Amino acid sequence: MKITNAVVEKHGLNPEEYSKIKVLLKREPNLLELGVFSAMWNEHCSYKSSRFHLKNLPTKGDLVIQGPGENAGVIDIGDDDAIIFKIESHNHPSYIEPYQGAATGVGGILRDVFTMGARPIALLNSIHFGSPDHPKTKTLLNGVVSGIGGYGNCIGVPTVAGEIKFDSTYNENILVNAMAVGHAKKNKIFYSKAKGLNKSVVYVGSKTGRDGIHGASMASAEFSENSEDKKPTVQVGDPFTEKLLMEACLELMKDNSIISIQDMGAAGLTSSSVEMASKGELGIELHLDNVPCREENMTPYEMMLSESQERMLIILEDKKEEHAKKIFKKWDLDFVIIGKTTKTPNLTLKFKSKTIGEIPIEALASEAPLYNRKWTKTKLPDKKINIKDLKKVKLEDALLKILSSPNQANKSWITEQFDQMVMTDTAQRSGGNAAVIRIHKKEKSIAVTVDSSSNYCRAHPISGGKQVVCESWRNLISVGAKPIAITNCLNFGNPENPKVMGEFAECLIGLKEACEFLNFPVVSGNVSFYNGTNKKNIDPTPVIGGVGLITDTKNKINHFLKKEGNIILQVGKTFGHLYQSVFLKEIYSITEGPPPDVNLSNEKNNGETVLKLINKKLISSTHDISSGGLILALVEMCLHTEYGLKIDKPQRLSNLMEFYFGEDQGRYLLEVEPENLQIVKKILNENNIFSESIAVVQKDYFEVIGEFKTDINDLFKANNKWYNNY
Amino acid sequence: MNSTIIVFPGSNCDRDIAVALEKLQFKNTMVWHKDVNLPKSDLIVLPGGFSYGDYLRSGAIAAKSNILNEVIKAANSGCLVLGICNGFQILTEAGLLKGALLRNKNLKFLGKDIYVKAINTDNKFCNKYKAGQVLKFNIAHNEGNYFTNADHLKRLEDKNLIPFKYCDEKGNLNKESNPNGSLNNIAGIFNDKKNILGMMPHPERMVDQIISNNDGANLFTSLLN
Repeated sequence: MKITNAVVEKHGLNPEEYSKIKVLLKREPNLLELGVFSAMWNEHCSYKSSRFHLKNLPTKGDLVIQGPGENAGVIDIGDDDAIIFKIESHNHPSYIEPYQGAATGVGGILRDVFTMGARPIALLNSIHFGSPDHPKTKTLLNGVVSGIGGYGNCIGVPTVAGEIKFDSTYNENILVNAMAVGHAKKNKIFYSKAKGLNKSVVYVGSKTGRDGIHGASMASAEFSENSEDKKPTVQVGDPFTEKLLMEACLELMKDNSIISIQDMGAAGLTSSSVEMASKGELGIELHLDNVPCREENMTPYEMMLSESQERMLIILEDKKEEHAKKIFKKWDLDFVIIGKTTKTPNLTLKFKSKTIGEIPIEALASEAPLYNRKWTKTKLPDKKINIKDLKKVKLEDALLKILSSPNQANKSWITEQFDQMVMTDTAQRSGGNAAVIRIHKKEKSIAVTVDSSSNYCRAHPISGGKQVVCESWRNLISVGAKPIAITNCLNFGNPENPKVMGEFAECLIGLKEACEFLNFPVVSGNVSFYNGTNKKNIDPTPVIGGVGLITDTKNKINHFLKKEGNIILQVGKTFGHLYQSVFLKEIYSITEGPPPDVNLSNEKNNGETVLKLINKKLISSTHDISSGGLILALVEMCLHTEYGLKIDKPQRLSNLMEFYFGEDQGRYLLEVEPENLQIVKKILNENNIFSESIAVVQKDYFEVIGEFKTDINDLFKANNKWYNNY
Repeated sequence: MNSTIIVFPGSNCDRDIAVALEKLQFKNTMVWHKDVNLPKSDLIVLPGGFSYGDYLRSGAIAAKSNILNEVIKAANSGCLVLGICNGFQILTEAGLLKGALLRNKNLKFLGKDIYVKAINTDNKFCNKYKAGQVLKFNIAHNEGNYFTNADHLKRLEDKNLIPFKYCDEKGNLNKESNPNGSLNNIAGIFNDKKNILGMMPHPERMVDQIISNNDGANLFTSLLN
C-alpha cells in the first residue's frame, strides 16, 4: 500500500510529523511502521502538547517512592507498606459506548496498579455528564454507572468513592475518570524498565482481537456527527479474565522471576514493548506469528494496534519460563514467548520469517513531537452583578431547591450499584468527605477522595487549579487523614485552540502552587485533550485523586452528628463569596464572576490544626465547607442521622445568602462536646485561626433562628427525590 | 472445627470468609477448583464472587465443576455446607438446594446494607441468634431474587427451613423491606436436613466492629456450639 497524504492524515499525523518520521527512518515507512508511529505519537501516548507544562509540577517528596513516568505513582505509608495509585480518563470510548467504555476504563487503571506489584484495594471514579434534560444523558449515565459497577464488582475490588456532576458543557462529551489504589510491600515493586540482553519477552492474558484498533488515536481527536462510526475503536472488557490475570501476576510476583512488566493499555503491544525497551535503552524483537489471536487472519498491523483488554507483556529472568508458564496455565491464561530483548536499539517486527518493520526505539519515544503550543491568559472576571440587586428569595426555599437539584441530590442510587464492602477493609464508604480503607491485617488506613471544580477553573484557571487541590486536601483532613500525595486527570478541550491551551497551562500553574505549598506532590496522572465536539470545548476539568494516611483506623472520623447538645464550631472566616456558587447557578442561573480566592497559608494552617484536634480526640464529627456553602454542609451533617441543628443568626454578615451560601475556601465545621469547647478554642486561637460557635445539635429539627424550622425528614426527602423522578 | 473454602476462578469473597473463619477459631483450608480431593472437614464454604465469570448463568458452570461432585458427596453424607451469595447460586444450580435466584426486581446490581430477621434458629448455623432478632447484613448481587414453586415454598415455611428474611430496621417484613423481590422476603434457605444453608447476604462482612458490626459472627460461632 502506498503511503499517500490521505493515509497519513487518517493516522492522525500532520505533514510535518510525517516528514519527521521520514528523517528519523532515513526512508519512507511502510503501513505497519506508520501505524506504530501513529500509535506512539498521538496525543494520548506522547503527551506532545502537555509535556512542556507538566514538567513544572512538583513530583518529589519524602514519602514519594515513584513519581510520574511509571504505570502508577508509589508512596510510602510507613513500615514496609507502599500505596500505588493512579487516575485515568476513558472519556471518548464512554461517550461512544458507555457500558464498555466505562468498564474498560476501570479495567485499564486496575492493570496499571497491579502491574507494579500491588493488590488493588479501592476504586474511585469521577464522572461528568451533560444537562439531565439532554436526550443522551440518561442512557449515558445508566451505561457508565453499570459499566463501572460491572467491572469492579466482578473483579472484587470495592468501589468506595466518587463524584458525579451534571453540566451542559458535557452534553456532547462526557467525562469518565477512574482511579485505582493498591497496596504493595515496599521491597516488592515492579517497574517497566527492561534490563539485560536476550531475555524472553512474554505475552500473557487474553488473546488479541480486532477491538480497539486505533483507540488511542480516536481519543486524540474531537468528535463530529459521525462519532457512531467510531464504535469499533472501543474495547470490550472481561473482568473475569482480568481477575485471573491479576491473581496470576501477583502469584508470579512473589519470587524474583520478573525483570520488568507492563500492561498493554492504550496502543497495546506497540506502546508496551516500546516503553519497556526505551526505559531500558535496549531494543526489542517481536515474532508476531506467536501472538495469540482471537480471530483468524489477523495482520501484523492489527496485532500491533489492537487494544484488546486484559493483556500484559513481561520480561523474564533467564530460566524462569517454565515456572511462570505453570502459574499462567493454572489460571487458564495464554502464556507465549513472543520475542526477546536485543542490543540493537530498534523495535524489530518479524512475521513469517521476514522482518516486516524496523524502527529505532528512540524515534518512537524520545523523538516524539513536543509542542509548546500558543496559549492565552484568562483574566480574573469582574464582579459585574451586584448581589444586593438580586430579587430576594427565602432562605428555606433556596435551600430546598438546592438540596433537590441534580448536582446536590443524594447519590445512593449510584453507589448502591457498586460493591463497597468486598475485601472487608472498607472502614468508611462513599457519601462522606473521603473513603477510608484499612490496610489488610494492620491498624492503619488510607483515606481516598476524588474532586473537581470545573466552574471555578472556567472562570479563572489559576484559582480553580489551586482550589481543587485544596478541596482534596480538606476532604482527607476531614476524615482524620494526613494528606500525602495526589494523582491528576486533566480533562481539557482542543489544545490547538490557544484559549484551551491557556486554560491548561494556567490550571497547572494553580495546581503546582497549591501542591508545592501544601507539600502534596503529584505522583501520577493522565492528560485527556480534545474533549469537545464540532469546535465546542468542554470547561477545563482537572480531576484530583488524593491519598492520605490514618495511622490508627480507630482515629477515623466522619461528618455525621453524634450527640444532642454538642456545639458546632465553624473554622475559617466567612466572607460571603457568592460568585461561581451553587446558589447563584441554581437560584438565578448566574454563572459569571470570579471564583473564591484561595489563601494557601490559611488552608495549610487550618487543615493541620483541625487534624491535630481530631488526633487529640477532641472532635466528634468534621465536615469541610465546599460547594453549596455553610448551610449545605450543615444539612449534610444531619442527613442519615436522627439529629438536626439549631443555628444562630450570623453575627457579622448582614446578607443571609452570602453568609449561608458563600463558598469561601479553607473552612471546616467541627462538632465539639461542650466540655471540650474551651480547649478546642484555645488550640485554634494559639494557631491564629478564626472560629465561631454557630449551632447546637438538637433532635429531629433543622432550624435557623428567626428564619425557619423544618423536620430533618423533609430535608432528607428533598435530597432524595430527584433521581426517583428522573 | 475444620473448614474448607472452595476457590473457583472468579471467586472474590474467598479471602474475606477465610479471615472471618480464622478470627472465629476455625482451622481453615483453601481448596482450588481443579483439586480432586476434599480434605476432611466439618464445614464446606462456597464463597461469593463471579465463579467462571458467571457466564451462562450465575453459578451454572461452577455447579458442573469436578470439585462440586466431591462437595455433593460430602453434603449428602451430612457435612455442613454454607453457600454465600454466588455460593447460594451454585447450590441451587447444583440441585443441592431447590429454587432459583432470578435477577433483582429493579434489574440493577444491589450493594448495600440491609436488615434481616432471624426466623428459624433451631439449627446448627443459627442457634446463637434469637428468633425474631433483627440483624444488619450487607448484600452485593445482581441475581438474588429467590423463586421456587408453591409446594416448595409451603414446605420451606412449614418445616422451618428459612433462617433469614429481609425486613426493615424495626423488623417489619413487607414489600418495601424486600430489596430484590424474593418470594416471602427470603434471604436464605436450608435443605430438608438443615445441613446445607444458602444465603444471599454476606455474614462474613459483619464480623468486625471497626469495619461494620458483629451481626454475622454468630452464624459461624453457632457452629462451634
